[in-house]
Amino acid sequence: MTAQSGIIQPPPLISVRNLRLTGRRGRGPETPIVDDVSFDVAEKEMLALIGESGSGKTSIALALTGYARRGCRIAGGNIRVAGYDVTNMSPAELRAFRGKTIAYIAQNAGAAFNPALPLMDQVIEPALLHHIMPRRVAIERAIFLFELMALPSPGTIGTRYPHELSGGQLQRLMAATALITGPEMVIFDEPTTALDVTTQIEVLEAFRTVRREEGFTGVYVTHDLAVVAQMADRAVVLKNGVVQEEGTTEQILSAPRHAYTQALLAANTPQIRNDTAQVTDSGKAVPVLDVRDLVVGYGGAGPDGRPRHTILSNVSLPVLPGETMGIIGESGCGKSTLIRAIAGIQPWTSGGITFEGEALAPRIEARSASQRRHIQLVAQNADLVLNPAMSVGDTLRRVLTFNGDAATEAEIGRLLDMVRLPSVLADRFPPELSGGQKQRVNLARALAARPRLVLCDEITAALDTVVAAAILDLMMELKRELGIAWLFVTHDLHALRSVCDRVAVLYAGHRVEFTPVSALEAPPHHPYTRRLENSVPEMRADWLSEVIDRRGQTSDTVSALSSSPGKGCCYAARCPVRIAVCEVSVPPVWRSPAGALISCHLATQDLS
Amino acid sequence: MTVASLARWWAAIPRIPGALILFWLLLAVLGPLLAPFAPGEVVSRTVFAPISAHHLLGTDYLGRDVLTRLLCGTSSTVLLCATATLLACTGGVFLGTIAALKQGVTDTLLSRFMDGVISIPSLLSALVAVAAFGSSVPVLVLAMSLIYMPGSYRTSRMLALSIVRRDFVLAARMRGEKAGYIVLREVLPNMMGPVMADVGLRFIYAVRLLSNLSFLGVGLQPPLTDLGSLTRENLLGLVYGAPAVIAPALTIAVLTVGLNLALDSNRGEPD
Repeated sequence: MTAQSGIIQPPPLISVRNLRLTGRRGRGPETPIVDDVSFDVAEKEMLALIGESGSGKTSIALALTGYARRGCRIAGGNIRVAGYDVTNMSPAELRAFRGKTIAYIAQNAGAAFNPALPLMDQVIEPALLHHIMPRRVAIERAIFLFELMALPSPGTIGTRYPHELSGGQLQRLMAATALITGPEMVIFDEPTTALDVTTQIEVLEAFRTVRREEGFTGVYVTHDLAVVAQMADRAVVLKNGVVQEEGTTEQILSAPRHAYTQALLAANTPQIRNDTAQVTDSGKAVPVLDVRDLVVGYGGAGPDGRPRHTILSNVSLPVLPGETMGIIGESGCGKSTLIRAIAGIQPWTSGGITFEGEALAPRIEARSASQRRHIQLVAQNADLVLNPAMSVGDTLRRVLTFNGDAATEAEIGRLLDMVRLPSVLADRFPPELSGGQKQRVNLARALAARPRLVLCDEITAALDTVVAAAILDLMMELKRELGIAWLFVTHDLHALRSVCDRVAVLYAGHRVEFTPVSALEAPPHHPYTRRLENSVPEMRADWLSEVIDRRGQTSDTVSALSSSPGKGCCYAARCPVRIAVCEVSVPPVWRSPAGALISCHLATQDLS
Repeated sequence: MTVASLARWWAAIPRIPGALILFWLLLAVLGPLLAPFAPGEVVSRTVFAPISAHHLLGTDYLGRDVLTRLLCGTSSTVLLCATATLLACTGGVFLGTIAALKQGVTDTLLSRFMDGVISIPSLLSALVAVAAFGSSVPVLVLAMSLIYMPGSYRTSRMLALSIVRRDFVLAARMRGEKAGYIVLREVLPNMMGPVMADVGLRFIYAVRLLSNLSFLGVGLQPPLTDLGSLTRENLLGLVYGAPAVIAPALTIAVLTVGLNLALDSNRGEPD
């Protein structure tokens, strides 16, 4: 790369040349993770490393700190960060370098903090460890950073413990920990991937504010192109450890040159997969699953006979045969609890569930073999869901023999073919499969029971966009072929829109809206539904600023669970359009012209 | 069970310790057949004879061939302890897994019982068992297996607790599988590695306990002999530096320390 004549460019703060990283498993052969990667990051610039899992983006980010994960090593190339030659530093030099010159913000802040220490001690630790400032000054600086990142009660939040804060707050505290020493360069490793969209906005905005004030150089590792659009100046696209494309964020997102970048962009663009969307004429068809006024709670019964703490309040949900019902809401809204109650692993207090006209017992043990067989749960984490010591074939075979079906090789091959996997995979064990393959096997196991209703709990949440898109495609193909009804729980509005026939929006255990997916496009909507829609990042650089401007500085620190049951609207505390009556009486449910059931005091014209 | 899953069970057994255990078991079974003399036969007029071509490890306090007696003693020590370990670990692993799976009352009752057993020092409970029921092979084996069951129970309960929380066990339960199937097919295969290491450790403890008992004279009774009693009966030879007392003591050391080191060497290797 030659500097353009006439423009004097400052030397890059980070310069990576021909970086090669290799790794090995156990005593196996060394395999390349990253091959011949070169890039520069200028001072005060934010560079995004984009790629799917296994693309080597995190390995590169870690290599910038001179660190290689167990079994990996920096096999060649040159890394210079702020004048230091990272590849040739002694352990003592590296110790002084890390935390002071370069800081790292990891994906899961919940796991990064010590649960036994108050947060302030952990936030200022890097400053004390490197003898940069005395304790008193460090605390002052920490509080300054807390204020900058809009954390609630910045003066006292440091005395609290990690379990007392939400994921989004912890992620900001972790950023404070990284910035306490005033490092020249900060690495963000998927810092918002584990967060809800609504929370993600606040965290991204906090990162932007703090970057404006502190002016550090950054490397942002992510797979989410919409986040890249908000955060980064330039981007490097990686695949299998090789650079595919490098350019400004603007150019990568609007005019990608490389085929892989184009594929990545396509997978990020919402599309409708559900071409068999039914015109739901409720009232005529008999629902395959009917959830009526379900109440789930804990803490014993209160004076009014309801549980002291409710997770689900009077949720009703009729699922028609062959339809895809979507359930959406942020974490803690009770969507997983609802799925677990239907699956028979979460007892409920009142209300009931019927399946094909028969009442379902709360406990799975009390259900009939046919009910157990015809309702199948596909859980989120395919790593935990498959027995690592049982081959794929054995896993499927057991389901078949258990249900009294013929467990022939042909049948197992047919099941694998159904989820688009080659039949040779039958002899493999789960640890040898990729994330997407595991999720397919997980799906195949559910299908082996020949279910009539499949409960999907965030099945695409842990997967890369391209893989997740393939799983959603597969779901829709199976829906057409087998006529199965799906209950699809997600926090991803794009996924929801692309596969569902009807959608239930949950907030703090209340069903605030129940709508055909076609009506999602047309107003009116419940304020929370609107908020969810607006929170989905878009691939425009000015999207985040727009959302923040529109929202104003409404505090988002109210816990979703703090609303008292039965009194007022559950969403009143966060609602931008609330009126006096919202605080005192439960909102009525009314039907919008487009067919959405909305639970709100305001009428159509006010919500449009 | 397919060939593939059998192969995985096999792979879960640690290599070096596995080979070492196999060596001692072979020696235990074939040793007495290889012995040059009969174990009780007085073959020399010299007692505590040094190493010679005729008696490779010299003679003992009665003039019997030490190599012969050592082979027989090793055989009984290894076989007795292996049987006791097998019983202890089969019971411990099965009960520990069941406790983890059922939890609640089953877990509490089992765990408190095991706590009770483990709280009495092992040598003490073995002495009480021998005092009450006399010293015979079945009493020794049963006493040792009861003494070492709680350790195995605790290890496998802890291992199983983390496994039964995983979703694939939940999936099996939701399918309606019985506890036996879940333990044998879903839980046990996922804890084989650590359990195998634990079995080796229990075996070492058992060797130590049996040798202690026999050294005190309450273990195996003549004409049967084991490594502990061999050491004790030739204790006088210590002043002559006779191989008769050094050989059995050294064998105990090689057996326990060797296995211990081999098990340690296996630790910390990534999956």
